[in-house]
Amino acid sequence: MTAPALRMQGVGKSFGAHRVLDGITLDARQGEVTCLIGPSGSGKSTLLRCMAFLEQHDTGWIEVLGQPLGFAPGPSGQRLRLPTAEVARVRRGIGMVFQQFNLWPHMTALGNVMEALRLVLRLPRAEAEARARANLARVDLANRAGHYPAQLSGGQQQRVAIARALALAPKIMLFDEPTSSLDPELTGEVLRVMRRLAEDGMTMVVVTHEIGFAAQVAQHLVFLEEGRIALDGTPAEVFRRPWPPRLAGFLEGYLDRGAALLAD
Amino acid sequence: MNSALLLDSLPAVAAGFGVTMLMWLPGLSLAALLGLTLALGRQYGGRAMDAVLALLLGAVRGTPFLVQLFLLYYGGPFIGLTLDPAEAGLLGLAIYGGAYFAEIMRGGFLAVPRGHVEAAVMAGLSPAQTLRRILLPEMALLILPAGVNMAVVLMKETAVLSIITVPELTMVITGIGSSTFAFTEAAFLLAVTYWVLTEATGAAGRAMERRIATVRLA
Repeated sequence: MTAPALRMQGVGKSFGAHRVLDGITLDARQGEVTCLIGPSGSGKSTLLRCMAFLEQHDTGWIEVLGQPLGFAPGPSGQRLRLPTAEVARVRRGIGMVFQQFNLWPHMTALGNVMEALRLVLRLPRAEAEARARANLARVDLANRAGHYPAQLSGGQQQRVAIARALALAPKIMLFDEPTSSLDPELTGEVLRVMRRLAEDGMTMVVVTHEIGFAAQVAQHLVFLEEGRIALDGTPAEVFRRPWPPRLAGFLEGYLDRGAALLAD
Repeated sequence: MNSALLLDSLPAVAAGFGVTMLMWLPGLSLAALLGLTLALGRQYGGRAMDAVLALLLGAVRGTPFLVQLFLLYYGGPFIGLTLDPAEAGLLGLAIYGGAYFAEIMRGGFLAVPRGHVEAAVMAGLSPAQTLRRILLPEMALLILPAGVNMAVVLMKETAVLSIITVPELTMVITGIGSSTFAFTEAAFLLAVTYWVLTEATGAAGRAMERRIATVRLA
């Protein structure tokens, strides 16, 4: 078994009195695709956002590529908040793709991908542009470099967002419901790019409602419910019948919509 | 106003128009700059500064420009601030416009989707880089229509500067009106001039909006 790229131990998070995550322990292994599934409000997006420290976990520990993210144990075991610069440094190992794409609307596709190459990596313009173009080609958008986000379809915007994250050469890619705001046709083109990325050996953690994608592409499937891990294993293990009642309840919604894949 | 009279007064009117432009455009720039500073102060200056600025901005927005101008021009010397009419006019426009710009820009910053900032964080941009490269341009695009509106408002408010003897268009033309007893013609000419300026500003604003139309959505 390969080493975990991302490790969570006893991670908890509350919004006010509501316990969104409750003692999550979970490894995302190097080179594997980990899919987080579960009903709305089960905490899967919050969990993913914690992995990027966009949300601060209030209990437990997270390690990214062997380094503590956000908090580290102090000399007597207490939680020490790590300095912002340190958080930013560890975050560099992570790329993130959002449900709403979050492209910067005043920059072209190329501009979106080049921005951090220039500002953060401080590459010379020619080098940054070459690298940005190569990454746009990787998501089949070499011919859309000069387009603004508003001139692109949702699927194209999401692929630009993937290229923007990939250009910074992250070791782990996080996807927060990357196809939830796309219609089925556009969903397909984004999933194809993600599948290719997985085949190339990228470590990925994907929050998704695409059960078919999860079943086919993930090596590691986590079913969350009410902030806890209800099931954790390979897709074959998680989907093995008989389904526990909660999983059955969750999956029925998909079977109703014709996801025949699951009807083993 | 007969045509001979009109010709005679043309140089004076042109000079007045020049002064109006010299009050308006620099005043507008200063107002936008002050507004940006205040908006950033409210957003990033902590709770105490936010409260103080909110109070001050409320006071500026809650009083007539004419009254502010009187306070500045006649009251200024009591606190050691002696200004000539043009200086007082420019400063007055900057303060009055700045208060409105501060609120417009604050709203603009708040309207930038949080996700765009999160994307910047994940890309490794520093807070200063995020402000300069993401928040400022997106805010500017969002407030363009309101900004053009403010430009028009400030242009018309320059007429008030005649009260403190800034020799701008209103002062010049009403002066001609009183010396020739052609009040109605003078007022009419004045109204038409401001109206034309307003339309020109609006057209410029619409042209800018068309240019950035590709950027407005998303």
